[in-house]
Amino acid sequence: MSKHALDISLTVNGEQVAERVEPRKTLVDFLREDLFMTGSHVGCEHGVCGACTVRVNGEIVRGCLMLAVQCDGAAVETIEGLSDSGLVSDLQTAFEQRNALQCGYCTPGMLATAQDLLAKGGVPSREDIREHISGNYCRCTGYQAIVDAVEAVAKARAGGKA
Amino acid sequence: MKIVDDSPPVLSALDRPNSYIGRSVPRPNLARLTQGRGQYVSDVTLPRMGHVAFVRSPHAHARIVSIKTEAAEKSPGVIAVVTGAELAKVMTPWVGVLTHLKGLKSAPQAPIAVERACWQGEAVCAVVARSRALAEDACELVEVNYEELPAVVDPETALDPKTPVIHSALGDNLCFERKLDVGKVDEAFAQSDTVVEATFVTGRHTGVTNEPRAIVADWNPSEQRMTVYQGTQAPHMMQDLFAKHLTLRHEQVRVVTKDVGGSFGIKVHTYADEMATVALSKLLKRPVKFVADRIESFVTDIHARDHRIKAKIGVKADGTITAFEIDDLTGIGPYSVYPRTSGIEANQVVNLTGGPYACPNYRAQARVVFTNKNVMCQYRAVGHPIAVVVTEGLVDLAAAKIGLDPLEIRRRNMIADDAYPAQSASGLKFEKLSHHEALAHLDSMMNYAGLRAEQAKMRKDGVHRGIGFASFIEVTNPSAAFYGVGGARITSQDGATVKLNAQGHITIHSGVTEQGQGAEAVLAQCVASSFGVPIDNVRVVTGDTDNTPYGGGTWASRAAGIGGEAAWQAGKALRGNVLAVAGAMLQAKPEDLDIRNGVVVDKTSGAERLGLDELARVAYFRPDTLPPGFQAELMATRHYVPRAWPFAFTNGIQASYLEVDTDTGFVKLLKHWCVEDCGTIINPQLVDEQIRGGVVQGIGAALFEQCRYDERGQMLNGNMADYLVPMAVEMPDIECGHCVSPTADSELGAKGAGEAGTAGAPACVMNAINDALRPLGAQPLTDMPFTPDKILRALGKV
Repeated sequence: MSKHALDISLTVNGEQVAERVEPRKTLVDFLREDLFMTGSHVGCEHGVCGACTVRVNGEIVRGCLMLAVQCDGAAVETIEGLSDSGLVSDLQTAFEQRNALQCGYCTPGMLATAQDLLAKGGVPSREDIREHISGNYCRCTGYQAIVDAVEAVAKARAGGKA
Repeated sequence: MKIVDDSPPVLSALDRPNSYIGRSVPRPNLARLTQGRGQYVSDVTLPRMGHVAFVRSPHAHARIVSIKTEAAEKSPGVIAVVTGAELAKVMTPWVGVLTHLKGLKSAPQAPIAVERACWQGEAVCAVVARSRALAEDACELVEVNYEELPAVVDPETALDPKTPVIHSALGDNLCFERKLDVGKVDEAFAQSDTVVEATFVTGRHTGVTNEPRAIVADWNPSEQRMTVYQGTQAPHMMQDLFAKHLTLRHEQVRVVTKDVGGSFGIKVHTYADEMATVALSKLLKRPVKFVADRIESFVTDIHARDHRIKAKIGVKADGTITAFEIDDLTGIGPYSVYPRTSGIEANQVVNLTGGPYACPNYRAQARVVFTNKNVMCQYRAVGHPIAVVVTEGLVDLAAAKIGLDPLEIRRRNMIADDAYPAQSASGLKFEKLSHHEALAHLDSMMNYAGLRAEQAKMRKDGVHRGIGFASFIEVTNPSAAFYGVGGARITSQDGATVKLNAQGHITIHSGVTEQGQGAEAVLAQCVASSFGVPIDNVRVVTGDTDNTPYGGGTWASRAAGIGGEAAWQAGKALRGNVLAVAGAMLQAKPEDLDIRNGVVVDKTSGAERLGLDELARVAYFRPDTLPPGFQAELMATRHYVPRAWPFAFTNGIQASYLEVDTDTGFVKLLKHWCVEDCGTIINPQLVDEQIRGGVVQGIGAALFEQCRYDERGQMLNGNMADYLVPMAVEMPDIECGHCVSPTADSELGAKGAGEAGTAGAPACVMNAINDALRPLGAQPLTDMPFTPDKILRALGKV
């Protein structure tokens, strides 16, 4: 640890975390390397692919474009927390049923992004869903199954039949 | 016979009670991925693990004059700084050749460059440190003195006498050449009413797996064993190669493949930096991890499809195709990639061009040349998209010239559905294809006539829409003809071991691997059906050379057709063994019994006789109660390899409907259709999702993706902001349809489906763009990717 290392304190999935980190360390590297939370993935390392998408204070962010030191005092949520809280369990089930993932590497980020859209309420159009997830790269599915799954959950949450 | 989604096919041998064949069963292992609890190699951490970063050549071609490592060695956290010369003492070099590609030659390649770097990005020095960041810090302190050498960057001039030879020992820059002349080509062209010529360019692009290549090597000197955690498609192949080049025995090397973040053919090759990582672990006697970053991925993951094809077609006035002729040139980088070689892609272009059509006259030349760019090798649908672009591009240009509908010209030339077995002009053997049935299905599925009417109507309003088609054939279920006959230690057979556990449930170990395509679901379906248990009672294990039968893994659309058949047969064999136990316990004849839904039943009446849990309890814990001399065998292994045909060819046809903005050159994809025939459909949902994902990968090639190099061999767009990939907002919905022509070579009858989408989509989009622009007098576009600037240039607007 260099002399430039800084102490940060934050919550990750509701748990209090206090660590000393290098200023250059990204949030996603901090989560993966320091906290061993490997559900957030590293794809492009410059904000294009969305595999590292996590929530900071309720907003989705790119874990590779935010430094860990910027998260001092923040509330960070990762796929592990979103799973355990049950917040996205309907989305997860829909993804599994519709085969909206193949290799699964984009899936944690895709789920966080989809949840961000659905939390706004209503039933977005397929075009709206495509637009909202257009910062999340999936090489496997061709996206249609993901759009289908998100659309089905939106309808179900709105009280319709999935 | 058509399969409507989720209706079980009527196939006697497969139509067992509680059969899962033909049903869209969800994959058994998805929750760990949706919950972020998968284990990709990039997630693996071992005690005492070092992280390696590589100093990579900034030059396309350079002599390494000297390397100074002292400053790097003193950098914080550094464990070792290792040059190519030092690593060459640990690992032997390799040469990527196959004897059945006659004349193919290449030069020895080392894990780290020793005297010369031959492309921008080739590793010249390794730094192992306590973290990747510290290793990269130290890389900055390694001083490499290069003498820049002239770089060969243009395949067109690579064979000119004045062009430098990259590997002087080889004599020239020609890696491989193939010529073919079948039928009476000159006569056929002379007798044609119309001859159309065009030059097609398929842009160099790459796989862009979401998880980059990743490997953790763990040499344990006390056991003299190497354990390698690797994101690979072919663990047994890698075991063989690691053993060979470290001079170890197979049993000293274990390759473990857990979750893989996308592969698409990218992760079935030997990469120098991965070999170096394994060698470093042996040298340093501790675990070493390498994960490519995105720039490393772009300059070292194999590239593909960098071809220029001069092509010619002859047709009669009635649309009959008289002859095809192609001249293919491809630049593959400085080495033929080991062990599959970089000659296969061009070889496939020669094999596959003209494939769907009954045309006996065909001449082809393919030249594969060395260049100082990143290496090229097999990527999803190897060679197919190129051959299909050439074939289907020519067919469309010919149809336009003689004023024939593009679907009609295909209908008039496709091999008849009742003509099988048949053979292509290039010598490919087809057991049973369904081109005409597929075309008719597509015609009605897309409402072709209605779309044409809509297109014409909108054209009047100044909206320029296009409809494009591409028919194709696909190589699947490869036999030893693909690699084995050429001397490569790449197995085409695969195995499955099925065992009954002490609760009466099933575990299957298979040699194929899960890359996200759903192989584990297919294996579970096959064994659950042939043995007779609920699919929830099947546990699938793949990706571990210590624990699975020797197998080829995942490539060339083989996992379902070959791995699935082995699983099916192993399940049947175990059913026989278990019924022998049941017969002994029930004092019945085993042939009068069956296993259905996890229960031994009377075969005729279906009456329940014995639960498998009880059978397992007796067999494992009270074997003393079984008849004297009777031994229960509760594990069975079966292997399968295709023998009757070199490959199980599949076929299909795609259509694209799109709109071109003639002011901006942007293409909006409106809809895409694909009808294909992969024989017996084991899981309709998984087949459709393979098609859709493959189509989108092909669309990427058509519209966005290209590895751009400058005249010094520098890659200009090695990041995901500059190298464009398909994202959700630009992609259309894709409708899938199926024909079913099972292969008689296996009991399942399944062929592969993994590459059909990628094979046809680029040609389909190309033809649709040209269909949209043709009435505007635009020159046909044949140079992929079809970016807005090229479209505006074709329209004469820029």
